[in-house]
Amino acid sequence: MEEKDKPNEEDDQEVNPWKVSAKDGGKIDYDKLIDKFGCQRLDQSLIERVKRLTGRPPHVFLRRGVFFAHRDFNEILDAYERGYKFYLYTGRGPSSESLHLGHLIPFMFTKYLQDAFKVPLVIQLTDDEKCMWKDLSVEESIRLARENAKDIIACGFDISKTFIFSDFNFMCPAFYKNIVRVAKCVTINKAVGIFGFTGEDHIGKISFPPVQAVPSFPSSFPHLFCHKDNLRCLIPCAIDQDPYFRMTRDVAPRIGHRKPSLIESSFFPALQGENGKMSASDPNSAIYVTDSAKDIRNKINKYAFSGGQDSIENHRKYGANLEVDIPIKYLGFFLEDDAELEHIRAEYGAGRMLTGEVKKRLIEVLTELVERHRVARAAVTDETVDAFMAIRSLPYMFD
Amino acid sequence: MGYTKEKLLARLKELQIDFTQYEHPVVLTVDEQAKYVGHLGGGLSKNLFLKDKKNRFYVVSALADTKVDLKVLSQRFGLGKGGIRMAPEEALGEILQVPLGCVTPFALLNESARRVSLLLDQSFRAHDRCFFHPLSNDMSISISAHDLDKFLKSIGRDSAYVDLEANPTVGKEQPPDLAHLVPSDAIIVPESAALTASLQVPTQNDESELMNHNPLTTTTKTDKQSKEKKIFKEKTANEVHSYRSYANPQLFVEEILDKASSLILSEITEETIKQHGDQLGAVASNSIRKRLSLELNNLAIIFKNKAYTEGFRAGTQQSAQ
Repeated sequence: MEEKDKPNEEDDQEVNPWKVSAKDGGKIDYDKLIDKFGCQRLDQSLIERVKRLTGRPPHVFLRRGVFFAHRDFNEILDAYERGYKFYLYTGRGPSSESLHLGHLIPFMFTKYLQDAFKVPLVIQLTDDEKCMWKDLSVEESIRLARENAKDIIACGFDISKTFIFSDFNFMCPAFYKNIVRVAKCVTINKAVGIFGFTGEDHIGKISFPPVQAVPSFPSSFPHLFCHKDNLRCLIPCAIDQDPYFRMTRDVAPRIGHRKPSLIESSFFPALQGENGKMSASDPNSAIYVTDSAKDIRNKINKYAFSGGQDSIENHRKYGANLEVDIPIKYLGFFLEDDAELEHIRAEYGAGRMLTGEVKKRLIEVLTELVERHRVARAAVTDETVDAFMAIRSLPYMFD
Repeated sequence: MGYTKEKLLARLKELQIDFTQYEHPVVLTVDEQAKYVGHLGGGLSKNLFLKDKKNRFYVVSALADTKVDLKVLSQRFGLGKGGIRMAPEEALGEILQVPLGCVTPFALLNESARRVSLLLDQSFRAHDRCFFHPLSNDMSISISAHDLDKFLKSIGRDSAYVDLEANPTVGKEQPPDLAHLVPSDAIIVPESAALTASLQVPTQNDESELMNHNPLTTTTKTDKQSKEKKIFKEKTANEVHSYRSYANPQLFVEEILDKASSLILSEITEETIKQHGDQLGAVASNSIRKRLSLELNNLAIIFKNKAYTEGFRAGTQQSAQ
């Protein structure tokens, strides 16, 4: 069920931590992906359970199927119901200074999980990974990690329950011991099979995957989880990170640890459409958290791919193609009100609402979001980052 | 508000810093200043107030005849080409709290300029004394570089002397040499600044010509803008206000009450009274809860994190002693 680690010869779509591309430049087939990876669909019953256990409405990303796949999430919920807590683990590879909305999605969801379940969180900034893959200097990747930490903090994590660390700064005995334990369990052949390394790749790359694996084990954080070796771990991430954790789940029982659970999201589309690529070199392919209200208005109006018809007459006649329309997709991510979204979908799909109106609503929603982020970001100083990243105990982590 | 010239001079005397003061009519450019103090020996300074795209601010203080190329500086900071430009007028008042034509290292005395990065021309050290405005354009004081350092040290600042005319290559192997002088934090200035900035920049597009020109000379364009910006100033005062409320309980509570009361007022109108009658209380209260809950939660977490950080800092500094 789990070990589908053959390289991607038969499949035309390629999904791994460093590359995401669809078949023939089309859309990603998520059903095929779930099948190939061997994870499970997050169905409505699980969402209902979350609602019941947390006593609050499930997050918009759950309701809209943004987070749509999982591994053993039901076990987390089973244990939670019996009074057993867990901790959250997520992370970011700090490869660029500016974050766009797509980058924020796992963090927005993780914040909800932290608030809803009242559990602690560790956030890993893989500055070593970016140093190796993007050929940045060590100093530059550490600097980027700190900069990104500020935007992450601005997502609203509770400092009394959150530990942020960067690999370069946190490497400590307990962490390294676990890295070696994991590394001993993965052959080069296996690593090549999972991650596609070649003889041309430097040895730093091959030795990195254990670094992303070990935060799944509470013993990697003795200052946080002393005597809590049995604590479960839930990892919210985008589905392209699945290979790391397939490997981790394979290794875990062999070194006497629990397998971490995962809850996975689909990819956030570029402004130009599903087939477009969100790239750092094209600022118009995404909305950045530093964009002004004017930038947002401009980008949505000019670059957001529309599923509307080419003329108003045709549009009133045939309605919009909701499958490819980017504003509708973005509203699906960020418009809280289910009823309003349904209304817009119905009206736009029938041709009664025009692209301009949909875009206008989206601009409002995004501007509010980016503004809230900007205000929160302004409050984050170097001292705040230092505090979040300090090695300290979190006595109130389950409150 | 900001420090006055008198307070500054008193402070310099307290610190036993040696300086000489010269009063003259208000001057807005280095050329004008030269008319009154140029013959006295000592280097005239030109002072630029700069801003980058991420709202970080810099004061570059140089000898009047040092060539300062903003494009080169921008690269040396690691901001790419064209990453640095003249800061807008608003920022001058808000952050440095000095009038036009009065940018000076002494402005860093103000709390609002805490996060402004200061670069000093290493050529200052070649002169016995140099001239700066002491927070007012109707006076110049001459002071040695050594004494300027003494003053800066007294306000907790390091003196960063830089060869401003250098033009080192910046590339993969050669990291930007001034990157460490980029402030770590942005400063939020009311929105009007962003608006007028885009209008102001064209008046100074030949940046290499800034050698003998005080860059913040008023032009007719900025006169018009000052009328517009007055309107925006009231609206955006709230923005700046909320920024400072992050760790202050009273301001925090004010912020909450402001938001709540403005929502209440918007919920209770003739229309809604007619619509809901005596149910209006319950309806308005539900609506406010729904609309405010997310925003207030966000504010609360910011407040909590700020408070924790302050405590953490106090605790670690204590144990470090």
